[in-house]
Amino acid sequence: MVFHSILYPGEEGSGGIAEEPSFFADLNLDQIVDAITANKADYDLKPFFHAPPGTLEAIRYRHEVMRDLEKEVIFAAATRFARRMQRMREKLKWSEKLYYKQQKEWWFLDAITIYCETVTGLREDLEAGDPKSRGLQGFREWLGEYSKGVGFVGLAEQAYRIKDEIAKIAYCLHIRDSSVTVCRYEGEIDYSEAVEESFRKFAQGEGKDYRVGFPEPVGMNHVEAAVLAFVARLYPELFGGLERFCTEQAAYVDPLIRSLDREMQFYVSYLEYIRPLADNGLAFCYPRLSTINKEILSRDGFDLPLARKLMEAGQRVVCNDYELSGRERIIIVSGPNQGGKTTFARTFGQMHYLANLGLLVPGREARLLLFDQLFTHFEREEKVENLRSKFEDDLMRVHEILRRATPRSVVVMNESFSTTTVKDAVFIGREVMQRIIGRDLICVFVTFVEELARLSDTTVSMVSTIVPSDPASRTFRIVRRPADGRAYAIAIAEKYRLTYEMLKGRIRA
Amino acid sequence: MKAFLMYPDRDFDVEQAPPPAAEALKQDLGLPIVFRAMAGGDAFLNEVASKAVLSSLDDVETIRYRQAILRDCLGNPKTVRLLYELAVEAIQREKKGFWGGLSKHPGYMLHRSVEVLEMFTEMLRKLRGIAEQSSGSFGSAGFKRFFAMLITELSDEYFAEIGEHLRRLRFRGGVLESAMPGNGLKGRNYRLRKANDDQSGWFNRLLGRGPSSFTYRLHERDEAGARALSELRDRGINLVASAMARSTDHILSFFTLMRTELAFYVGCLNLTEALTAKRQLICFPEPSALGGRELGFEGLYDAALALSMDRNVVGNKAHAEGKDIVLITGANQGGKSTFLRSLGLAQLMMQSGMVVPARQYGAAVCSGVFSHFKREEDATMTSGKFDEELERMNRIADQIRAHGMILFNEAFAATNEREGSEIARQIVHALVEQQVRVCFVTHMYDFAHGLEEEDGDKVVFLRAERSEGGERTFRMIEARPLDTSFGEDLFRKIFSTEEASAERRDRRPAA
Repeated sequence: MVFHSILYPGEEGSGGIAEEPSFFADLNLDQIVDAITANKADYDLKPFFHAPPGTLEAIRYRHEVMRDLEKEVIFAAATRFARRMQRMREKLKWSEKLYYKQQKEWWFLDAITIYCETVTGLREDLEAGDPKSRGLQGFREWLGEYSKGVGFVGLAEQAYRIKDEIAKIAYCLHIRDSSVTVCRYEGEIDYSEAVEESFRKFAQGEGKDYRVGFPEPVGMNHVEAAVLAFVARLYPELFGGLERFCTEQAAYVDPLIRSLDREMQFYVSYLEYIRPLADNGLAFCYPRLSTINKEILSRDGFDLPLARKLMEAGQRVVCNDYELSGRERIIIVSGPNQGGKTTFARTFGQMHYLANLGLLVPGREARLLLFDQLFTHFEREEKVENLRSKFEDDLMRVHEILRRATPRSVVVMNESFSTTTVKDAVFIGREVMQRIIGRDLICVFVTFVEELARLSDTTVSMVSTIVPSDPASRTFRIVRRPADGRAYAIAIAEKYRLTYEMLKGRIRA
Repeated sequence: MKAFLMYPDRDFDVEQAPPPAAEALKQDLGLPIVFRAMAGGDAFLNEVASKAVLSSLDDVETIRYRQAILRDCLGNPKTVRLLYELAVEAIQREKKGFWGGLSKHPGYMLHRSVEVLEMFTEMLRKLRGIAEQSSGSFGSAGFKRFFAMLITELSDEYFAEIGEHLRRLRFRGGVLESAMPGNGLKGRNYRLRKANDDQSGWFNRLLGRGPSSFTYRLHERDEAGARALSELRDRGINLVASAMARSTDHILSFFTLMRTELAFYVGCLNLTEALTAKRQLICFPEPSALGGRELGFEGLYDAALALSMDRNVVGNKAHAEGKDIVLITGANQGGKSTFLRSLGLAQLMMQSGMVVPARQYGAAVCSGVFSHFKREEDATMTSGKFDEELERMNRIADQIRAHGMILFNEAFAATNEREGSEIARQIVHALVEQQVRVCFVTHMYDFAHGLEEEDGDKVVFLRAERSEGGERTFRMIEARPLDTSFGEDLFRKIFSTEEASAERRDRRPAA
């Protein structure tokens, strides 16, 4: 039976893309992927996270696998599989690094037995877990055949037999002055027990354990090695068999097992990353994706790295909704600073990207675009002397984005041109916006130029909000509302009792 | 092997936490003076005395068990002190051999254990010697069992067996150990082994078989090898070294327990000798079962007071069988507090198995003795005096159980008499209904009179005696409360001298 991958349907497997997409830093996707892969360096997972598969078919294929892995029993199977493979690699590393021949061979043998456990264990687990996805079902079928094959069965039998026989050996050491003599153990009695028995009448309960712990490095010193060499000579057939077995089985790992071990971690690592958030009550969902429907929607979405940070600090995570219906394509975000506007823009970008990787996204519900390209243009703090060249550079970048973008592209712009004069900002904002509208792009545009929201019926205005009674504190909620700047002003006025009614009431005749 | 001299079936726990009421009892009953007399300058005796007295027994059986042992001690003081000193010596010699930081090496640890065990063996032989000599002159169940155990358990064969182990564990012929290949073929499961047949010798067997044994010899200058070999040896003797160290612990703890339990009786000997030297009487009290209402005594005096005074102290008698309340009233400074203390002290001493300072004393055991004495000052200043009194009562209420005994000395008087009486009445009624025996010294006439009216049949009324001329005799007589408290006397006595000195002052010319 032929099987290729749990990441890609069909035969077109891919190892991913090494290079990080240009928008990663703007959307803090680099932080997400760093955190996801932090303890998984061995797997080289980043390339998977740099490469959205690009077809609805592949996304569906991944959703199926992900849904399977959301089941406790299958997730446990996957982590068990990974742990065993890791243990196996660790033993192989020891086998390579160690110096004494029999020790090298023993660890190689140990790695083989762990491999055998891994394969049979995973087969049993996948049979018990009853996966529904094409990916895991396919893998299960393949594994069933492989584990019943002559090669694998023979490997396992021989490995366990040799290991068992070695474990049964017992030998005696006689240490006197500066020599040690090694011979077979022949039923000599345990003297510690005899001594302890003699003193038992004084025993008062269990008593303290005075046994000393010895350092147990994996390697051996030359005295231990000499003893081991003698033991090997006491049992020449057994150790000769071990040597032959290791030579014959030098390449025992099946390449598909190796590559599935890595692919599985794409899902596992992401689920591990979002689990603490989900446990804390934040929702995740499978987004509906489309290549043509531009009615974008999210309920209770949030910025992933920020949510993790807030959660660790014991603070509340604020979720936000957004929705584009009918002809609406563009969200203009304005309102008081430090109110969560940038976070909102990032959330929008992150959710789209994660959805396009075929992953679960933040929120109770999401309908997102399967984009062909994602662009970001974020304002960054720059030195004053570079302002001019920076402005020029900004324009160049926006121009490049507009040149490459297609009606299936997503653009996230954050305070672009905000460092220039208001007049310039308004002018350029309009110009850029007209082109975005004309290109029918999906776009989030964070700006202080509120009037951009009124340019067309395809734009939607959303504003960051404040606590009315205390205008200095932000709610971090971004709500759909005309950008008149009034909510903020009124709140401050109320605080100082300077609204029309209040002031009228205070001024007495 | 257990001494079992405090309980017929268990060890005396010197580490046990004192009951919550202990601090108040010590302070109120003058216990430290008694403990000091028991200690005779030995801090350890003091500690044991304090633990034993404060954690009193509540079963008559064990009290009688201790009383019998104490009778033996009073009959054989020299032997008992000798046993105690032997235990002390064993413990001290063990400390001297302490190896401190070397405990990380099984080799050193084993060496040290063997030496300590040789010393212990010597002490145990002496102990058996004493047991053999004196078992005839001891009659109590506790001592009979103790001596019999020593004689049976510590036989000559047993000493021979131990001696053989100690000789072997010096490993003059090297160490024989077994191992198995563990992970990475490193040795595991190291066990010390005894050769199968001492006659042919395992090394002869090795020599005979030639190829079935291989020998590795370290190069002379191979220091790393020497360390490795020594570690291999340590692995083999690790278990036995631990077992030996544990055995020294166990034998040490045998001596320690023996010392601790004997310490109580040595303390009793000391106290008896001190009181006898002051020509005060002592007696073995008659305990009766928990739940009863027995209480009667003659010549009961305050041992703490007797020990700190040069003249004879006054003894009191009363018969309060069947009574729930002992109510003591009468003249100030008439010996009421002293009497209350002597009662509490005698009860505690009886319940720890000791002799008591009285000609005769008999009482039902109680589930715990509590004291609530008037305090001179509120040390913390966080609460008012009356508040502090109730707060203390609150804590007692958390702890006291049915069949307890509580001693009140001028309690709840830090307010006006009516309020104080009402509180006292409510508290006392609640306690009595819950089967607690109450001994109450009070000058609150309202309270005392109330009890007389309502609960006269439950109360035994004692009163500080006053002679014809108004002099105090410090003796309690059975009598109903009087509605004057003789404070007037005291007032006059103090004020007459004060007025006199004031007059003298007045006569001096102004500065």
